Amino acid sequence: MRQEAGSILIVDDELSVRDSLEQWFRMDGYRTGGAADANQALELLQAGQWDIVLLDIKMPGIDGMELQRRLRKIDPDLIVIMITAYASVETAVQALKEGAFDYITKPIDPDELSHIVRRASEQRRLRSENVRLKEKVEQLSTPSQIVGESQQMAEVLELVRSVAMTDATVLIRGESGTGKELIAQAIHANSQRRYFPIVPVNCGALPESLLESELFGHEKGAFTGAQYRRKGKLEMANGGTLFLDEVGTIHLKTQVDLLRVLETKEFTRLGGSRPTQVEFRVVAATNQNLEKLVEQGSFREDLYFRLNVFTISIPPLRERREDIPLLAQHFLEDYSLQMNRAFSDFHPKAMDLLVRYGWPGNVRELANAVERALVVGKPPTVHAQDLPLQLSESTAIGVGESLADVERAHVEQILDRTGWNITRAAEILKIDRATLYNKIKKYGLQHR
Amino acid sequence: MSGLHLVPIYLADRHRILDRLGVALERTFLTTVRIRKPWFDPEVSFDKSRGQYNSSALLKLLLDDPAYSGGKVLGVVGVDLFAPVLTYVFGEAQLDGRASVVSLHRLRPEVYGLTADDHLLFTRLLKESTHELGHCFGLLHCAEPACVMHASTYVEEIDVKSEWFCKSCQTTVRSTAG
Repeated sequence: MRQEAGSILIVDDELSVRDSLEQWFRMDGYRTGGAADANQALELLQAGQWDIVLLDIKMPGIDGMELQRRLRKIDPDLIVIMITAYASVETAVQALKEGAFDYITKPIDPDELSHIVRRASEQRRLRSENVRLKEKVEQLSTPSQIVGESQQMAEVLELVRSVAMTDATVLIRGESGTGKELIAQAIHANSQRRYFPIVPVNCGALPESLLESELFGHEKGAFTGAQYRRKGKLEMANGGTLFLDEVGTIHLKTQVDLLRVLETKEFTRLGGSRPTQVEFRVVAATNQNLEKLVEQGSFREDLYFRLNVFTISIPPLRERREDIPLLAQHFLEDYSLQMNRAFSDFHPKAMDLLVRYGWPGNVRELANAVERALVVGKPPTVHAQDLPLQLSESTAIGVGESLADVERAHVEQILDRTGWNITRAAEILKIDRATLYNKIKKYGLQHR
Repeated sequence: MSGLHLVPIYLADRHRILDRLGVALERTFLTTVRIRKPWFDPEVSFDKSRGQYNSSALLKLLLDDPAYSGGKVLGVVGVDLFAPVLTYVFGEAQLDGRASVVSLHRLRPEVYGLTADDHLLFTRLLKESTHELGHCFGLLHCAEPACVMHASTYVEEIDVKSEWFCKSCQTTVRSTAG
């Protein structure tokens, strides 16, 4: 399997350096080019597209510093990595100020080189992705991914619209799977911060020590394994929105640090000595009862008040059943497209099951059920037997109370599940085929 | 392909390790392996200021073979290698070419303050030899973590990958060697 790599131009007056580096990167699948001086480099850059330029600072004629300026005029997005001898580290720092991505000292440590170039390629990829995404932001600014026509959802969306334009901290509450992250994204996409990132932090997924480094970042050598300086999520969210998911699970010590950051908008990286200024909006989400956690002493009251400025509660799916057909159809269309399967609708019986089910896992569970149905079912219609078993075996709401009602529902369910294969259904029901035919006749069941 | 030549360079106890390596490489590349004495003075590749041997210079010496009769050549070196501008290399190879070189020096656990381990040393040598020869057969670094062509910049990465080519790299080697 060959790696998809980019292109690297190496500018150095020493032939052996160019050869070594070109050889090294060719093995990684990069397209490489070498230039012995500034003129050759400018020619090569004008003739073709390069992702990364490795540039020796000290060269006869136009030096690396000046060349960097000229290269930037031709391609402002170019990633430049300076190569320097120990003696000229100060110049390298100056180059960084002028926009170089990083610098590397001669002789180059292979490990450091791979690390820097990998980061540079990633940045190049992110930059071009960012341009595409910016174009997409406008069209995503309407919370189109949030589907629902119920009164409850209309109220939620109204709240989203009204709070988005303010800069207030928002606490989103709702059971697991109700779509809290989507609401957070909708708030961000409708706010003035939409051109900056929304950075999600899943507080529940990380142990305490990792959450700290995840939030605050760390300096090189701050702890075992911290080989490089790493930006934390707070820094990444600068200008945008920090989305703290499962905020109720944060450890007390980290709560103190987080509260301080929210109040001062200033923090220090792990192992660092200087504070960093940040500016972001906070949107938090929880499926826990924060008031109860405050009472039990596992959530700080002051943090609770800081987060609970504006609350949006998302109702569970079972309380807005009228949205189920709409949501199911939305997922059906979405997944059909993704899986390239030509599904168009639900059989009335399948839809009936979906609407009657209790959905403890909320919208996420519904999405999963539809996805599964599209995998096992046959286009263009989703049938009841395509839906997960627990749906059809759940104590269906609305079935009559009498023994005959239950028997009718059960026989019908087994017939549907077996695709009306009478022999198989009779086997499951542990009755003979004649008895099954009698029951079908008795209850007037029909294969739809 | 007309065989693979292993050339020991500054290699103490050369027969034991080279014989084992030869058998393993014969199995991997389905070719005959011969062990040959060097026909050049490797000392010319020594860089006094760095105290290391220049891998690119060694490649040139290996290529300059008066008795060349086809096939690939792998120099197995006991000393530390560098490529100009890089502080060290485990090995170097001509992409889609004839010559490659691999160093045992940084594969030894003792270099990292650990106890000597012959089995580990041989496994690492086999992986790096297969890797460098893979380049000679036109293979680039592979994204498959278990493939022997996965890039390794430090020794622990060598230990993570297997000594085998992934399916796709295997196919390329077979078709090139064919």
